[in-house]
Amino acid sequence: MTCLPEKTTRKLGLVIDLDTCVGCHACVTNCKEWNTGGHMAPLTDTNPYGAEADGVWFNRVHSYEVTTPEGNSQSLHFPRSCLHCEDAACVTVCPTGASYKRTSDGIVLVDEDKCIGCKLCSWACPYGAREYDVFEGVMKKCTLCVDRIYNENLDQEDRVPACVLTCPTGARHFGDLGDPQSDVSRLVRKREGRDLMPEMGYQPTNKYLPQREKSGAAGTETNQSPALAPLEDTSGASGLLGWVDRMLERMD
Amino acid sequence: MPFRAPAENDGVETSPPVADEVKTTTCYMCACRCGIRVFLKDGQIRYIQGNRDHPVNKGVLCGKGAAGIMNHLSPARLRKPLKRVGPRGSGDFEEIEWEEALSTATTWLSDIRKTDPKKLAFFTGRDQSQSLTGWWAKQYGTPNFAAHGGFCSVNMAAGGLYSIGGSFWEFGEPDWDHARLFLMFGVAEDHDSNPIKIGLGKLKERGAKVVAINPARTGYAAIADEWVGIRPGTDGLLVLALVHELLRAGKIDLEYLLNYTNASWLVQQEAGSEQDGLFLRDDDGVPLVWDRDREQAVPHTDASAKASLSGPVEVNGIKAVPVFQLIADRYTDDTYAPDAVAERCGIDAEKIKSLAAEIADAAFNHPVSLPVPWTDSKGTRHETMTGRPVAMHAMRGISAHSNGFQTCRALHLLQMLIGAVDTPGSFRYKPPFPKPVPPGPTPAGKGSSPETPLNGMPLGFPTGPEDLLLEDDGTPVRIDKAFTWENPMSAHGAMHRVIANAAAGDPYPIDTLFLYMANMAWNSSMDTQGTLDALTAINPDTGDYRIPHIIYSDAYASETIAYADLILPDTTYLERWDCISLLDRPISDANGAGDAIRQPIVEPDRDVRPFQTVLLDLGARLGLPGFVNDDSSPKFPGGYADYIVNHQRAPGVGPLAGWRGDDGQSDGRGAVNPEQLDRYIENGCFWRGEMPVEARYYKMANKAYLDWAVGMGFLGSADPIVMQLYSEPVQKFRNAARGHGVNQPPDHLRQRVERAFDPLPSWYPTYEDDATEPDAFPLHALTQRPMHHYHSWGSQNAWLRQITAQNRLFVHHDTATKLGIADDDWVWVESRHSRVKGQVKLVNGVNRDTIWTWNAIGKRGGNWGLDKDAPEVEQAFLLNHIIPEKLSDGGLSNSDPVTGQAAWFDLRVRIYKADPDEQGITAPLLDATPDLPGTKPSPKRLDFGRSFKNRETTE
Amino acid sequence: MHPAASVILFTTASGVGYGILALAPLLVAFGLLPDDNRWLGGALMIPALGLVTLGLLSSTFHLGHPERAWRALSQWKSSWLSREGVMAILSYPPALAYAYAWIVLGAVDGPWVWAGFATVLTAVGTLFTTGMIYRSLKPIPAWATDWTVAGYLTLGPLTGLVVIVAVATGFGLHPVRFQTLAIILVIAAAVAKNAYWSRQLKVWEEHSQTTGAAVASPGNTVRSIEWPHTEANYVLKEMGYRVARKHAEPLRHITRNLLLVAPAAIFCVLPSILPLPYLIWAVIPGAVLTLAGVVVERWLFFAEAKHVVSLYYGVD
Ligand SMILES: Nc1nc2c(c(=O)[nH]1)N[C@H]1C(S)=C(S)[C@@H](COP(=O)(O)OP(=O)(O)OC[C@H]3O[C@@H](n4cnc5c(=O)[nH]c(N)nc54)[C@H](O)[C@@H]3O)O[C@H]1N2
Ligand SMILES: Nc1nc2c(c(=O)[nH]1)N[C@H]1C(S)=C(S)[C@@H](COP(=O)(O)OP(=O)(O)OC[C@H]3O[C@@H](n4cnc5c(=O)[nH]c(N)nc54)[C@H](O)[C@@H]3O)O[C@H]1N2
Ligand code: SF4
Ligand code: SF4
Ligand code: SF4
Ligand code: SF4
Ligand code: SF4
Ligand SMILES: [Mo]
Repeated sequence: MTCLPEKTTRKLGLVIDLDTCVGCHACVTNCKEWNTGGHMAPLTDTNPYGAEADGVWFNRVHSYEVTTPEGNSQSLHFPRSCLHCEDAACVTVCPTGASYKRTSDGIVLVDEDKCIGCKLCSWACPYGAREYDVFEGVMKKCTLCVDRIYNENLDQEDRVPACVLTCPTGARHFGDLGDPQSDVSRLVRKREGRDLMPEMGYQPTNKYLPQREKSGAAGTETNQSPALAPLEDTSGASGLLGWVDRMLERMD
Repeated sequence: MPFRAPAENDGVETSPPVADEVKTTTCYMCACRCGIRVFLKDGQIRYIQGNRDHPVNKGVLCGKGAAGIMNHLSPARLRKPLKRVGPRGSGDFEEIEWEEALSTATTWLSDIRKTDPKKLAFFTGRDQSQSLTGWWAKQYGTPNFAAHGGFCSVNMAAGGLYSIGGSFWEFGEPDWDHARLFLMFGVAEDHDSNPIKIGLGKLKERGAKVVAINPARTGYAAIADEWVGIRPGTDGLLVLALVHELLRAGKIDLEYLLNYTNASWLVQQEAGSEQDGLFLRDDDGVPLVWDRDREQAVPHTDASAKASLSGPVEVNGIKAVPVFQLIADRYTDDTYAPDAVAERCGIDAEKIKSLAAEIADAAFNHPVSLPVPWTDSKGTRHETMTGRPVAMHAMRGISAHSNGFQTCRALHLLQMLIGAVDTPGSFRYKPPFPKPVPPGPTPAGKGSSPETPLNGMPLGFPTGPEDLLLEDDGTPVRIDKAFTWENPMSAHGAMHRVIANAAAGDPYPIDTLFLYMANMAWNSSMDTQGTLDALTAINPDTGDYRIPHIIYSDAYASETIAYADLILPDTTYLERWDCISLLDRPISDANGAGDAIRQPIVEPDRDVRPFQTVLLDLGARLGLPGFVNDDSSPKFPGGYADYIVNHQRAPGVGPLAGWRGDDGQSDGRGAVNPEQLDRYIENGCFWRGEMPVEARYYKMANKAYLDWAVGMGFLGSADPIVMQLYSEPVQKFRNAARGHGVNQPPDHLRQRVERAFDPLPSWYPTYEDDATEPDAFPLHALTQRPMHHYHSWGSQNAWLRQITAQNRLFVHHDTATKLGIADDDWVWVESRHSRVKGQVKLVNGVNRDTIWTWNAIGKRGGNWGLDKDAPEVEQAFLLNHIIPEKLSDGGLSNSDPVTGQAAWFDLRVRIYKADPDEQGITAPLLDATPDLPGTKPSPKRLDFGRSFKNRETTE
Repeated sequence: MHPAASVILFTTASGVGYGILALAPLLVAFGLLPDDNRWLGGALMIPALGLVTLGLLSSTFHLGHPERAWRALSQWKSSWLSREGVMAILSYPPALAYAYAWIVLGAVDGPWVWAGFATVLTAVGTLFTTGMIYRSLKPIPAWATDWTVAGYLTLGPLTGLVVIVAVATGFGLHPVRFQTLAIILVIAAAVAKNAYWSRQLKVWEEHSQTTGAAVASPGNTVRSIEWPHTEANYVLKEMGYRVARKHAEPLRHITRNLLLVAPAAIFCVLPSILPLPYLIWAVIPGAVLTLAGVVVERWLFFAEAKHVVSLYYGVD
């Protein structure tokens, strides 16, 4: 099973809009909340109330500052989770078959009953998406909420990943990236969605919609509008009032 | 488009059962009041999801809301009432039974009620039951009541209510669906956490432009299309410069000004007279305007008047000019030119001009017209609703400065000038707003006497010097000196002054301080150490504490616990009834009114009681009118749920507006409905009364809205609300300062009142900016709220604290370079008051003269269920340590001179590198408080969720 | 990468073991080792088998679930770790047979010679698959080179040889007979490691990935402002380990000296100078120094290797 399927029927994945993400961590805790009782339960926490607290999380949000070659600076919030790569390196390195990619939907999962906890998959994943559970001795990771998206015990609208369901700004989208007609595929085309680390040649399924360029602090402006032209033949208050009087007459 | 489960045959259970039961209630991981659905499995909380039908969050949850399980299971939860046995502050407690706790409290409270009820100071923090707590205080008879608004954002509330009859904060919202340009002043998170995020998402989707005016570029500002890194405390100047530009270019909405504001009202110009600056009124007191055709003054209510906007005119020998003329005179002056303010604001003049141009472009070249016919209150029918798609929102970045009231007014001035209040695309009121301007009622509390309720609610809105709460000798009525000349319009009280004043016996000593849900011994006070000293100060005459009794209700082991004598442990938000009422802070949105309840989802597993139920019990034990029946039996034996349903503030008006009346069919007003709570639960624990489509904009003068609001009981009459560019109540205080009237400020305050009480929006430097030498303390220091923490509550949450357990000090690269400070260095942050140590993180996205950190991450050891060496204790730091409580001249509070709003963000500091042997640990490091009795050690591992696992093993 | 002590010690041990297994049958075949000395056979084959067994067992100790280690043999079609396991297992029958012939039968002849060749092949194969595990990890650019494999293929035999030499010297064989092989292995290892190191020094900079590309902002400079969690997590502890440059350089020198200069001096130069009885006092410390060198080398191999995930954390 640890060989990759030649082709998957669907390519389910996430599309994350970096121009909209405010870095609120809602997707982070909602993911934790759902998944700690879900397919990979529990997402163990170590020293939860002490120094060096650590825990298993499937989704984490970084904050960066980005500087363009022109010197424009902007802030960036960046959610990071498994990208369900088509050529998932974490799968092919796995010696046990615990890591596998589903043929039906392309979701990359760990069968924790087979996992020996060798951690090699975490070395092989370029995106740091694998999370080792020290107490359980097995590797865990984003399941794309496989126990939500088909779950007949949930309302239809709720059958999406927890992180997508909760994202308050709507920066997260879920769908079939293998279907060029799907909403997510259209969005990726429209916003020129990107792969992470494209030169490394991986084929992540998830896509990121890039930030638009913004104008930052003084000195590095782009797109400044020209100043308003003052009213003609006026100076200060009396000019303004004269104009107002004329306007009022016109309004009558 | 949900997918059908494929046959993968990998043993994965794709449809595990999720819950045995799903209950709805309202989140309280913060004050935003989102609707939640709580999934229960095996009697435990499995998952909390946003309620899709809920008007506030529409299904989404923020980072805190989804972590609610961990607050509910926090090891810091209090377990039983506690009585202090060691010295105050030692944290030495004994568990007692509820009966002992309640009878102790009753004894203390009834003693003072019999002699001098003022000796009780009852202050509540981030609660959502102020309509109950305020009423309790009133019935008890103490004027000394306030909630957190005074240290929070009263500048926004008062600035708005005295100007437009509504306010930013959570009482209004941008028109997310139609705004083309959105300006956000000093907002990091706000109370409308999820609505703002949902709204920003909508703006982004539509490609609207978002501009963040904020010294720091994080969170919302990070996704703004444009970031304006303003110098703190100078927004008023920036806004007035925008006004200057717009006026000079004639980019203003004259029709709007004439129809909905007091632009045409005549202001008396009689320097030296008591009437100077007041409106010219007719015999009925109706303000007058100058009719250009008839060339005479007519009441502004005269629909046929062709009001003039320029003067001067003379009416019965009194010189007067329309408000607009004053505006033109004032703001076209070059003192407000972009070039004149640029340096002070730290923003390029060109940028200011560009912003003004964009505002004008959006407002006047791209008006939004909705095909909705409506009728204004003059009876004129309009075929469309047309508006200016420039929306603004502002919060504590404006509010928490000593010039915040005026800055907020400046913002509203800008909105009014371009016709962008409650029009399509602009800022919109949420019912019950707009309210008449000036707001009412006035504060009560003068002449409080034993065993007698006050003649009104303790908090209110003064309309002039006569409404101040001063004794005949001029001394303050209230312990916090609210409604005195130090801060006449302190509509929310001044909670941040209570402890210091009470300890100093200034204006008078008190007997019992009763606190609820406010961590006053830590992050909600300025000068933390000073506050702790005040709480433990001893009166040498009596040998007793200067504040003899302190009662506190908290749900968790917070820093304040150690400083109370009697602890009343509350439930968590998933264990109790609550009521989010239109009488207090409702869940309305711009298209409808709403309120909500919380219902107990699970039973508490500890000996704790809901505070509101306890308060009702105390009220009954004290025999407070309204809390007992004629036979002195408790009026609400069923606790808070009983009160929520059966209490009536006025006939037909109760805490909840939905499903009233015998038949449960009335909205707003109606008889008590015993089944009301069931109806709420059936509806997802909230009620929403949607307003008619034609009522949704121009609410201040929209007939359909005004009639609807009267029907709902929000307004007494359907008269239009005229927005006030120029504020007469403000001018009345100024006139008093100029020596008019019987109530005048004491001499040492005259100048201060005169300057701050400008009837037109003005700007003056903050007190700290004015007083501190810029060379000595060159930097501004701010805090921001992290989106995933709520004040001090978040750190007990095993999940949230992993995200942020240490707060860094964010410093601009250039600033640090100049000071020889490198990334990750530990530095001292020193104000004129004291210093605190923290670790630096260098950034670009901050104003160069500003440093900032996350609010309330630093904790005192021994609290919140945390280990004593947790990063929150040893590495995180609390900026409050160095925020001075008083202005540098010693006497006055570090607050806004108009409203008494705590000026948290006026702080000036210098920073310097800590010595090599000082690296790695914060300071001051207060001694840890001991564990409370009955505390179990916090677990070293959490595997929450294991029991829900639904999976066959393949082995 | 986090240099786990267990991994370092035991990859060193199994390297020695497979080194012996890869060389001893060859040395016997070429007549450099006598196959009629059971004691010598025992002194070489038992430690070799012991070391590879220890290595194999210990590699299961750091597993989260050692009891399931057998599962690691199943994915030989795709996983180099699995292949290594399979090779390691496959190396036992020939090695045991060879040891049987040498120690019990007292002679390696006839079909047993084939067992010897099989032992050599499987031992080299195991070393190769071990190298390939690391070589195939693209996210760790320092490792993703054939020089990684070359390192395993040369260092294993080199450490094996130093042990063989020490033992053989103890049995009164003059080490000079191993000189040619020693020189070849020392040079090969020197070439492999130096090539690895000089590539490593450049590879991170040359590596086309930047934080910009990692966060969908190619072409831009990106600085980490806040981690998703203020304390260290698994990814950081496992993949974010960094050795300071000022420590790495001297350590590389030490390795170079211990690993290359020490054996070169002791096995190539000294035997020509010192008389046999004294040589034992040179070859034993020489072998120990060489092994110490491998330990440092192995430590550096992990500690210096940066994982691209560290881009996300801005740890440098
Ligand atoms: N430096 C700085 N200081 C500030 C601010 C700032 O921006 N910077 N902001 C100020 C502002 S605006 C505010 S509003 C204050 C907020 O300050 P507070 O209102 O004091 O907020 P918290 O610190 O969260 O304290 C609330 C207390 O309520 C308790 N609590 C939580 N849930 C419950 C419950 O269900 N029942 C009961 N009985 N208690 C409960 C918590 O345990 C905590 O002890 O901080 C102010 N302080
Ligand atoms: N997650 C979360 N949500 C909360 C809270 C919480 O603790 N956590 N607290 C709640 C409470 S009590 C309140 S009062 C609200 C407050 O909500 P906000 O008003 O969003 O409060 P702050 O986080 O204090 O953010 C103030 C912002 O103003 C900026 N600022 C400071 N000075 C100036 C200035 O002079 N000019 C400008 N333009 N900007 C300035 C700061 O950089 C910061 O971004 O949030 C509520 N919501
Ligand atoms: S929930 Fe949405 S906005 Fe918040 S951090 Fe996640 S992706 Fe960003
Ligand atoms: S992101 Fe990492 S864990 Fe996810 S499929 Fe790709 S390689 Fe595997
Ligand atoms: S840790 Fe588990 S899933 Fe990862 S490679 Fe090893 S066996 Fe496979
Ligand atoms: S898809 Fe599910 S498991 Fe993956 S990050 Fe989102 S919530 Fe977590
Ligand atoms: S914003 Fe978050 S914490 Fe606040 S009520 Fe809503 S879900 Fe709860
Ligand atoms: Mo607040």
